[in-house]
Amino acid sequence: MLIDWFTVGAQALNFLVLVWLMKRFLYKPILHAIDAREERIATELANADATKAEARQERDEFRDKNEAMDRQRAALLSKATEEAQAEHDRLLDEARQAAAALRATQQETLRNKQENLHQALIHRTQQEVFAIARRTLTDLAGTSLEERLGEAFTRRLRKMDDQAKAGLAKALEKTSETEPALVRSGGDLPAEQRAAIQKAVNETFSADIHLRFKTEPDLIGGIELTANGQKVAWSIADYLASLEKGVNDILHAKDIPEAEV
Amino acid sequence: MRLSPDEIIFWQLGFFKLNATIIFTWVLMLVLAIGARLITHKLSVDLKRSRWQNLLEIVVTGIEQQIKEVGLTQPRTYLGFLGTLFLFVAAASLGTVIPGFEPPTGSLSTTTALALCVFVAVPLFGIAEQGIGGFLKSYVQPTFIILPFNIISEISRTLALAVRLFGNMMSGAMIIAILLTITPFLFPIVMTLLGLLTGMVQAYIFSILAAVYIAAAAQVHKTKVKAQ
Repeated sequence: MLIDWFTVGAQALNFLVLVWLMKRFLYKPILHAIDAREERIATELANADATKAEARQERDEFRDKNEAMDRQRAALLSKATEEAQAEHDRLLDEARQAAAALRATQQETLRNKQENLHQALIHRTQQEVFAIARRTLTDLAGTSLEERLGEAFTRRLRKMDDQAKAGLAKALEKTSETEPALVRSGGDLPAEQRAAIQKAVNETFSADIHLRFKTEPDLIGGIELTANGQKVAWSIADYLASLEKGVNDILHAKDIPEAEV
Repeated sequence: MRLSPDEIIFWQLGFFKLNATIIFTWVLMLVLAIGARLITHKLSVDLKRSRWQNLLEIVVTGIEQQIKEVGLTQPRTYLGFLGTLFLFVAAASLGTVIPGFEPPTGSLSTTTALALCVFVAVPLFGIAEQGIGGFLKSYVQPTFIILPFNIISEISRTLALAVRLFGNMMSGAMIIAILLTITPFLFPIVMTLLGLLTGMVQAYIFSILAAVYIAAAAQVHKTKVKAQ
C-alpha cells in the first residue's frame, strides 16, 4: 500500500505547522519590511514633492517680488527723472531770471552812470561855456559877463512881443513893496546892472515896479524875472539846453548801434 | 524496489511510526524555518539591504504576484497557504541534489496530505469569501443536476493533485536510482538537473492549481454579481 494514513495525517499536520512557521518567520516580516520601505519611499517622494512645490512657490514669490521691485524701481527712476527735469527747468529759469535781473541791474547802473556822466558833462560844459563866454566877453568888451547878461536880459525884455508883455504887465501890477517881483541871477549882479534892469523894467511896463534880486547859482549865466507865475528870462542855459540836445542826439545815435550789437 | 520513503521506518510503536518521509519533512521544516528566521531577524527597511533579504523579497513578492494573476485580488490572505505549498514542494525538489536525501514529496502519503489540505482549504476560503450559503449554492450552479459532477470534480482533482506530484517526484528519484546502477557517472547528474527542473515545475503547478481552485471557489459569487 503506497498510502500510509498515519503519515498522511502527520504530513498534513507538519504542513500546517510549516504554514504557521512560514507566516511567522517569513511572510510577515518580509511583507512588513516591504510595506515599511514602500511607505518610506512614498513619504520621501511626498516630501520631495512638497519641497518641490514649496520651492516652486518660493520661486514664484521671488519672481513676483522681483517684478514688483523692477516696476517700483522703474517708477522711482521715472519719477526721479521727471523731478530732476523739473528741477533742471526751475534752476534754468532761476538762472535766466537772475541773469536777466543782473543784466537789468547792469543796464540800470550803466544808464545811471551814463546819466550821471551826461549831467556831469552838461554841468561841466555849461560851466566851461560860461567861463569861456565870460572870459571872451571880458577880453573882448572889457565888461563883466554879468553886465552883458544884464544887457541881454534887458534887450530881451524890451523885445518882448505884445501878448507876453501884456501878460507880464498884468502880473507885475500886482506886485508891491512887500511883495516885489523876483529877479534871479546866476551870479551877483552889480548895482549898475541892478539899476539898469530896474530902469528897463520900469520903462518897458511904464510903471514903478518893485524888484527883489536874488542870486541862484543854478541859473548859469542867466537872469530871470518872475511875478505871479509870469516869467521872462534869458540864460546861457537855453543855449546849453540846445547844446545838450545836440550832444544827447549824438550819444543816443552812438548808443543804438552798441545796443544792437 | 522501494517506491516511497514511507517504507524506510526508523521507529514504530503500533500505529505510530517515524519513517523517512516524516523525518525529512521535519528537516525541511527546520531548514526553512531557521533559514527564514536567520534572514528576517534583522531586516532592513532602508533602501540598502542584504542579498538574502533581496532573495526572500523576490520569492515572496513573486508568489504574491502569481496569486494575484490567478485572480485573487487579496493575495496576502492566501499567501501563507499557497506560498508554503510552493516553498515546501520546491525545497523538497531542491533537496534531491543532496545525496541520501529522500524528498518527502516522493511519498504518496505526503502528496495526499497536501492534496487533502487543498481539498479542505478550498471550501474554507470559499466560505470565508462568500459565506456558507453562497459557497454551497455554487455547487448547484447553473442547475441542480450538476451537483454530482461538481462533487466528483472536487474529489478527482484532489486525487489528480496528489498522484501528479507523487508520480513526478517518485519517477525522478526512481530514474536517478536506476541510472546510478547502469551509468554511474555523468548521466545521473544530467538527470538530476532534469529532476530539479521537473521538481520546480511541479511545485509551480501544484501551488498554481491550488490557487486556481481557491480562486474558483472564492470568486464565483463575485463574478455572478459582476455579471448581473
